[in-house]
Amino acid sequence: MNARSLFIPVTLFLVIAFLIGPFLIIVAASFSAGETLAFPPQGFSLRWIAKVFTVESFQASFAMSLFLAIGGTAAALVLGIPASYALSRYKLPGAEIVRTVVSAPIIVPGIIVGLALLRYIVVPFQVGITLALFVAHTALVLPYAVRVVSASLDNLRSDIEEAAVLLGSSRLGAFFRVVMPNIRGGIMSAFILGFVTSFNQVPVSLFLSGPGVRTLPVDMIAYMEIVFDPSVAALSSLLAFLSIGIVFAAERFLGFSRYV
Amino acid sequence: MSDASYLSLEKLTLAYGDTVAVADLDLDIRKGELIALLGPSGCGKTTTMRAIAGLLPVKSGQVRLDGADMTRVPANKRAVGLVFQSYALFPHLSVYENVAFGLKLKGMRGAELDTKVQAGLKSVGLSSFANRKPAELSGGQQQRVALARSMVMEPKVLLLDEPLSNLDARLRLEMRTELQRVQKETGVTMIFVTHDQAEALALADRIVVMKGGAIEQIGTPEDIYNRPVSSFVADFVGFENIFPLEGGKLRTSGGLIELSGEAPSAAGLAWRPRMVTLGTGPFRGTVRGTSFAGDSREYLLDTSLGAIKAEVEAALPAHALGADLLFDLPAGKAALLSKFS
Repeated sequence: MNARSLFIPVTLFLVIAFLIGPFLIIVAASFSAGETLAFPPQGFSLRWIAKVFTVESFQASFAMSLFLAIGGTAAALVLGIPASYALSRYKLPGAEIVRTVVSAPIIVPGIIVGLALLRYIVVPFQVGITLALFVAHTALVLPYAVRVVSASLDNLRSDIEEAAVLLGSSRLGAFFRVVMPNIRGGIMSAFILGFVTSFNQVPVSLFLSGPGVRTLPVDMIAYMEIVFDPSVAALSSLLAFLSIGIVFAAERFLGFSRYV
Repeated sequence: MSDASYLSLEKLTLAYGDTVAVADLDLDIRKGELIALLGPSGCGKTTTMRAIAGLLPVKSGQVRLDGADMTRVPANKRAVGLVFQSYALFPHLSVYENVAFGLKLKGMRGAELDTKVQAGLKSVGLSSFANRKPAELSGGQQQRVALARSMVMEPKVLLLDEPLSNLDARLRLEMRTELQRVQKETGVTMIFVTHDQAEALALADRIVVMKGGAIEQIGTPEDIYNRPVSSFVADFVGFENIFPLEGGKLRTSGGLIELSGEAPSAAGLAWRPRMVTLGTGPFRGTVRGTSFAGDSREYLLDTSLGAIKAEVEAALPAHALGADLLFDLPAGKAALLSKFS
């Protein structure tokens, strides 16, 4: 074999190794029987997986993360669905600007968003930690909601709304009767994407978390600074499999990849 | 309300933003009439239809239906049905649910609803497709669902947007027959929009030819086909040789030409290719193109009058390219145009 024909397989192997490798290491480490986070694992046990469920701060931060992921995504959809509708159905002046502004949280680094929110909103206005986190997560998920819902709206003919109106429905009624049922798949996909994005969010949450109120990833970092045992690896593995499970189910039942 | 104006448009002006699409349009339609709005794209026919449906706000003027002013009545309260060009069926609902949609909104439930929907499906021959989704039907079947969905609402006026243009030739004849049958059975007033003159001629009681946001001519299919009033209508319905008239003489690219026979008084004259006499006559032309169309043969002639199209029986001996021919434009056969543009 010459160098040329080796190039593609070798590149492919390296890419996969870099993507999957760390994940495999963490999974292996979480079954370790040793006292410290190490690879290769020393022996095999489920004790660190069991320990995850006994750490109290994990329970509280998991509940907080879950609340933010569900609540923030729901709020982003409540704002995002009408926004997407307006962007896709009406020729609004400045629609492109709105689209860009709404997408900004995807492009701007989270650390900047977090710092900005902390410095100019949270501190001067004395906003509560939970509220600040909730607003931040809503803003972070909004671009995904708008993008995914817009895509499914663009695939839906707008004349069915006129047809519904001519059959006696109001404009708003037509939206709920014939638009919503036909973009349900897009909304579900946006929800899942938003949920995963919010749940895995670190930099913004890092800035906004405060005493007693933390999201799970922030809590894991804090835990590792004090205790260097494999329970964080165990928790990471559990979360990774949860995410994979959700996305797999979504693809299976909703055709997720059509919308994203 | 007189019988002649069941639906009337009075000085109707419609605009998209500042662009006026239809200006000062007057039209009276009788109850139970089948009207075609005919014209090229951009003539305002679809705009007019949307204004009748209430989907487009009226800038000025009035829409009156069955004695009531509809100008400001919202689309969902007008009792006007519309069969969209794309059919616009609700993709998430079955055929049955599509047809039931409007009736349910009226508050109809139970046996009464079922009877109505079944009757509607039966009338378009789709009873056995009730549980299918629109995506599982052919284009022709989808259109019949759209027709049934509008007709079960018993609209005062049924509008159809290019009802035949998406169908293949065989289905087109079927749908044409279907529309005429529905119209005869229910007596509903129908208005359809089309850019196809053959469709309008075949289906309509009266044809409204539109151009540039205004009505060019209203008449029966025979009127429109045989007696176009303007060069625009003449051109649209297949008169290929159209000339303005000046002091009884034809204004052509080769100068003013005297016609054989007595010159009529009109702004212009128009001949179908079939009306051109080939073989004899005062004019001379050279065959530049020829095409065989089964029953007939068409010739494109280079003449001192400009290009002339002639059509003769295919059974007659053919003329070769480059052949010199005598021909005539008989004044007695020409359509008299009162308007030349």
